[in-house]
Amino acid sequence: MAQHSEQEHKHPTPGLYLLILAALVVGTCLTWGIAFVDLGIFNPVVALTIAVIKAVLVILFFMHVYYSSKLTKLTIAAGFFWLLIMITMSLSDYLTRHFLPQ
Amino acid sequence: MSTSQTTTTEHHPALAHQFDSMEQQQEASTFGMWVFLLTEIMMFGGLFTAYLIYRLKYYPAFVAGSTSISVSWGFANTLVLIASSFTMAMTVWAAQNGRRKTQVWLLLATMVLGAAFLGVKAKEYYDKWDECHIPGHVIGKGFNAWGGCSATNKSLGNIAEEIRDPKEHGNPNVTEVSAEQTAKQTEIFFSFYFAMTGLHAFHMVIGLGLLAWLLIRAKSGEFGPAYYTPIELGGLYWHFVDIVWIFLFPLLYLISRHQHGV
Repeated sequence: MAQHSEQEHKHPTPGLYLLILAALVVGTCLTWGIAFVDLGIFNPVVALTIAVIKAVLVILFFMHVYYSSKLTKLTIAAGFFWLLIMITMSLSDYLTRHFLPQ
Repeated sequence: MSTSQTTTTEHHPALAHQFDSMEQQQEASTFGMWVFLLTEIMMFGGLFTAYLIYRLKYYPAFVAGSTSISVSWGFANTLVLIASSFTMAMTVWAAQNGRRKTQVWLLLATMVLGAAFLGVKAKEYYDKWDECHIPGHVIGKGFNAWGGCSATNKSLGNIAEEIRDPKEHGNPNVTEVSAEQTAKQTEIFFSFYFAMTGLHAFHMVIGLGLLAWLLIRAKSGEFGPAYYTPIELGGLYWHFVDIVWIFLFPLLYLISRHQHGV
């Protein structure tokens, strides 16, 4: 309980927010630049990896999830897990349909 | 009688009677907001999944559609939205530290950046209207995939044709279809483009409304270190809308870019 309330009272500082802003701007420039380089099938992979890193930074620090209670963290993780089920299950169906003879 | 009077004066005016403390109240509010945001994530997630499936199925048409939207405006808008998320995060910091004037100015800055994003989006939509890339025949001059609709109208059909060879790109999901069909499929790309960016822009408009309401309350000095939950929750909503765009930008503007020029 003591640790819990200690977590509650910790807040990010403007310095940290600036650092996250810088990381997000760098990520945006990087993903924009790489988009013009032909990496074959890895173009979407790289673009989505950068997007996921940017989203995680926003969620953890701008949205204060890093500082929030275990209940909130678990709920958010469960929500994203459900989203992943929807995307991977649907795509694993559509991506493998051509394996069968037409 | 005297006991109850002491209790009411001890409490922060914003503390609802069902909560033991301000901390517990904020914890419950944040949790509730996140549950709402998760339902929003599933709604946008459904659109993202559908977009990815159709992109696999109609790959050349989606490359043609995707490369016809302006990557420079999309890039600029991403930076604008990220900056607005930063000012929103700083608004929460200002409220936590009792800096009321800073808080009001930062809220205003967030709103200006949000409005700038919508302005750029409106410019992009106008370009698509001008190029006859609005799906269907209700709005504008009707969808035109072959060019010649206006001076800047690119032929999506020709671009799709250039990258149509399925063997070259090793994508067996792309079935052999006529050029006419491929051109029709670019209309599906734009249906997704307008549905996804439209729903996102709608969330931005709601977000601006929420910020305006927070601005009025912040100006009256309602928020301080003891109570800033509405600012915190408004911030969560604003950052969520930012995250949706963080995924829309690469998926709509970027991932097909290497296939066909600027």
